[in-house]
Amino acid sequence: MPDVQALVNEFLNKLKKRKIEGSQATAKQTAELLRSVISQQRVPRTNQAGALIDAVRAIGEQLIVANPIELAVGNIVRRVLHIIREEDLSLTTAAVAELNLSTVSDDDDDGGGGDQDDRPVLSAAAVAAAARNTLRPPSLQMLLEGAPDFVAVPRSSSSGGDSEGKSKSMDRNSRTRKLKHDIIEAVNELIQDITTCHELIAEQAVEHIHQNEVILTLGSSKTVLEFLCAAKEKKRSFRVFVAEGAPRYQGHLLAKELVARGLQTTLITDSAVFAMISRVNMVIVGSHAVMANGGVIAPVGMNMVALAAQKHAVPFVVLAGSHKVILVYIGASTCRGPMLCPLYPHNPEVLLNELRSPSELLDFGEFSDCLDFGSGDGSPLLHVVNPTFDYVPPKAVSLFITDTGGHNPSYMYRLIADYYSADDLVVQRRHAAGN
Amino acid sequence: MDARRGSLPVPRVRQVGFFTPNAQPAPTRSQSGPPDSSSPPLSDSPASNSLSPVMIPPPRHHSDNLAAAPRPTSPLPVPEPSPFRRRGADNNNALLVGSYNPAETLLAMSPSSSHVGDGESEETMSGGWFRRSNSGKLASSLPSGTFDFSPVQSTAEALKPNKVQNPVGISEVSARPAPKEQQPEAPSSSKQPKPKLTKAERRALQESQRAAKAAAKAPGGGKSVAAPEEVATIKSVKQHQTQKKDAPQVAVSVAASERKGGDKSQEKERRKDAPAPRMQFDDKSRVEKAKRRSVVDQTEAKKRVELFRHLPQYEHGTQLADLESKFLQLDPMHPAIYKVGLQYLAGDISGGNARCIAMLQAFQQVVKDYSTPPEKTLPRDLTAKISSYVSFFTQCRPLSMSMGNAIRFLKNRIAKLSPSLSESESKSSICTDIDRFINEKIVLADRVIVQHASSKVKDGDVLLVYGSSCVVEMVLLHSHELGKQFRVIVVDSRPKLEGKALLRRLVAKGVHCTYTHINAVSYVMHEVTKVFLGASSVLSNGTVYSRVGTACVAMVAHAFRVPVIICCEAYKFHERVQLDSICSNELGDPDAIGKVPGRMDVNYLNDVSNSGNLQLLNLMYDATPADYVSMIVTDYGMIPPTSVPVIVREYRRDHLLI
Repeated sequence: MPDVQALVNEFLNKLKKRKIEGSQATAKQTAELLRSVISQQRVPRTNQAGALIDAVRAIGEQLIVANPIELAVGNIVRRVLHIIREEDLSLTTAAVAELNLSTVSDDDDDGGGGDQDDRPVLSAAAVAAAARNTLRPPSLQMLLEGAPDFVAVPRSSSSGGDSEGKSKSMDRNSRTRKLKHDIIEAVNELIQDITTCHELIAEQAVEHIHQNEVILTLGSSKTVLEFLCAAKEKKRSFRVFVAEGAPRYQGHLLAKELVARGLQTTLITDSAVFAMISRVNMVIVGSHAVMANGGVIAPVGMNMVALAAQKHAVPFVVLAGSHKVILVYIGASTCRGPMLCPLYPHNPEVLLNELRSPSELLDFGEFSDCLDFGSGDGSPLLHVVNPTFDYVPPKAVSLFITDTGGHNPSYMYRLIADYYSADDLVVQRRHAAGN
Repeated sequence: MDARRGSLPVPRVRQVGFFTPNAQPAPTRSQSGPPDSSSPPLSDSPASNSLSPVMIPPPRHHSDNLAAAPRPTSPLPVPEPSPFRRRGADNNNALLVGSYNPAETLLAMSPSSSHVGDGESEETMSGGWFRRSNSGKLASSLPSGTFDFSPVQSTAEALKPNKVQNPVGISEVSARPAPKEQQPEAPSSSKQPKPKLTKAERRALQESQRAAKAAAKAPGGGKSVAAPEEVATIKSVKQHQTQKKDAPQVAVSVAASERKGGDKSQEKERRKDAPAPRMQFDDKSRVEKAKRRSVVDQTEAKKRVELFRHLPQYEHGTQLADLESKFLQLDPMHPAIYKVGLQYLAGDISGGNARCIAMLQAFQQVVKDYSTPPEKTLPRDLTAKISSYVSFFTQCRPLSMSMGNAIRFLKNRIAKLSPSLSESESKSSICTDIDRFINEKIVLADRVIVQHASSKVKDGDVLLVYGSSCVVEMVLLHSHELGKQFRVIVVDSRPKLEGKALLRRLVAKGVHCTYTHINAVSYVMHEVTKVFLGASSVLSNGTVYSRVGTACVAMVAHAFRVPVIICCEAYKFHERVQLDSICSNELGDPDAIGKVPGRMDVNYLNDVSNSGNLQLLNLMYDATPADYVSMIVTDYGMIPPTSVPVIVREYRRDHLLI
């Protein structure tokens, strides 16, 4: 495994030095790293899934510590863990079903006979979806028929050893290979989803942008760029105001891209947002992460824009990749790919923020004489605050547009349940706290 | 007409004696002469004003009335060499009149004197304030050119004695505004002499007025023939009356009715004084016209922001060199004006107060060097000149509302100059008026504001300030000097980054500072306890018109339930109303948006800046809704934004008349 460790270390370094910008890039690279970790991981005969989970989790912890602000890393680690669990579960279920077919009489006394007859024909995804039900509050049907619930729970919780024992008779090599293979397939799909999610989001653009609309955005986001360009390609003509997003000036970048694609673009300073918002029909922004309560971690300045939009009753739309078929997580773009984050914010402005170098605001040379002014107690007179992110509370957000469609902020917690397994949320948090 | 005039000497006396000062409220119409002396006696009706221009009499009447007539009869000593000579004369007149109705003069005087005294007493507490911050401010705001700014220094010098020997200072200053406060009453009080009549006389008067009305319909001339007689009668009647001193109750009732009349004329004047609609730059024909007149060669920006077509959008950076080369060719332009205009253009002078002071001082210089050309009268010619200078300033940079107010004041003063004054006297009177405006409306007002606002700073406060407002800076420094323990968060925004200079000055004084940009304002707002903001103008719907970004800061503060305190001198209040920041604004240099000095890595726009699709918008101001403002600290005290129209209404004449 030395090569894996080398890869991990390299990635850790990049994360620590903040060389990777944007949640989409981070998400993608994390997923790729984890994929190679999984493929290189030697798995024991018994409890393969458990071994993989442990390996991924160990590396995930390191990654998260390296850059606790880049929520995409943690999200991808959770997503991969979730994938491993699901694949394992589906394989186990399939194996059990096979067993059931061969030795029907064995399992008959389980009581859920009718239900299990259907299992063999279920696809892995469907099985996974069924298994996910165990993580959710029981549905009405489950409440009415207690049995399936009863059957499913022990299966998922004891997936490792139990199924291992049962499948001993099967040829182990093929199963081992199959699990790993499936997991890697699923991770590949996750990576692809991450790369293509803004296309899915952009497809919805025409439904939201009408002729002669005036749109305001802040900073730069690949998702936003694709979204606007998609509408432009559909022959909608509209104007875009871009706030520059000091001190990173990503807005300049976005303006340049938009102009190159032939959109009427006006670049304004961040301070002019309030002045201009009264003439704006819609605010469309990207995000860094979406919290479980529907709040958004977004580039700094976004809260101001959201408040101004709220004051003028302008819809504030956040583009956030989420995900589709495999219930994979989605990143979007630089600022950018919203990662759904299964955390509930407590004081997110401070806890989930990062202060960048003051040199972006003040020239060290210019203020060098002031910076070392010390008062009597030795504390410097001058502080420079340069945060990276803002927290936008859910009540300021009108709509999330994800690759699965539009959602209310109040619905976001539900998507989380789709994408993560409950075990990982808890584990992850405990580990993060432990470190 | 002259036949009737001859037959009606008594009403004529009335008119000359009491109606000429009445012309004062409406002199902005550039009535240089004493217009009303021959108007019909019922001149408190609006119709009289419209009649007056037809029959402009020679200035003799005026001189007789103002200078000659009251002096001999005046029971009070004339304050002879006072710099406010003209006011002295007026005052004299008013006092003479007021003696019939002491209650009213008291009413007129008391608020003013108490107000000023109050400001002064506060000022005595902070002796050291003025020299420190203000001289700094002036020095920084008026970059030392080759021209000297001795007037500024002299005003500063003039104020120093106040600080050194307080009693003297107080008496001086409080003595000064007294006549000013009385001035607003002048129109009504000037008519009060009516009560001097006995009943019989009044009846005669009424009859004669009726006759005069009838006469006015018939065409006639030769009023000048009647004039000498009139003068004689004025004198005699006046003397007669002053000795007589009529019954007071008559005086009161008539005074009341007169006041009503005065109100009417005030209202009319107010209507006329309402600001003319601004030039809209999407009106092509008017723009063409204006262009032909203009001195500054402006090339229109190639890429204009569609939404702001109604505002001037010019290429920046081209005019300066052009103007510099024209320096020697522009005959009619006074060098001081030229210099200040260039400084506006180059951005060397910015900030409402600094611009206003620079402009007024340039005008002062103009007035000093002015000599009336033959065949012209000083008030008219000077007003025209100033108007042309103002349009030059406007071409250099659109005027702020505070400057508009100052110009209105100045024109008003010039229009009201008594024709009896010699040219040098008029000039010195105008110069002192300008000095007084600077002192009272800006310098003293700032002191009062600093006193009020720093009383709101408590130990342990975290104050957030935005950009660089000189009043707010004074408040911070004063509070720091009082030994209060507080921290300041300086919020700044592109492209001007004015906060850096403020930050440097504050840190140099030892104030604990935090610096950040406007995007991070919601990050820092958690710890903020108060927000102090400056303003370019406060409009009468409570909207605060200020440096762009102020509205954002106020909004975030409001959302975090932090009180927002606006510091603004009352002379910046304006009766205009505005709901958004689009309809009237100023656009800065768009190229400043695309370039980020000091950041080599940010150069995305270098190669696309001439693309037709890209527009750069550099707004200079924005309008903060009144909801976000907790309090406005002004020289009249601390008021809620809803009280702004009250201040504008009640004190406006004050602004104009000082």
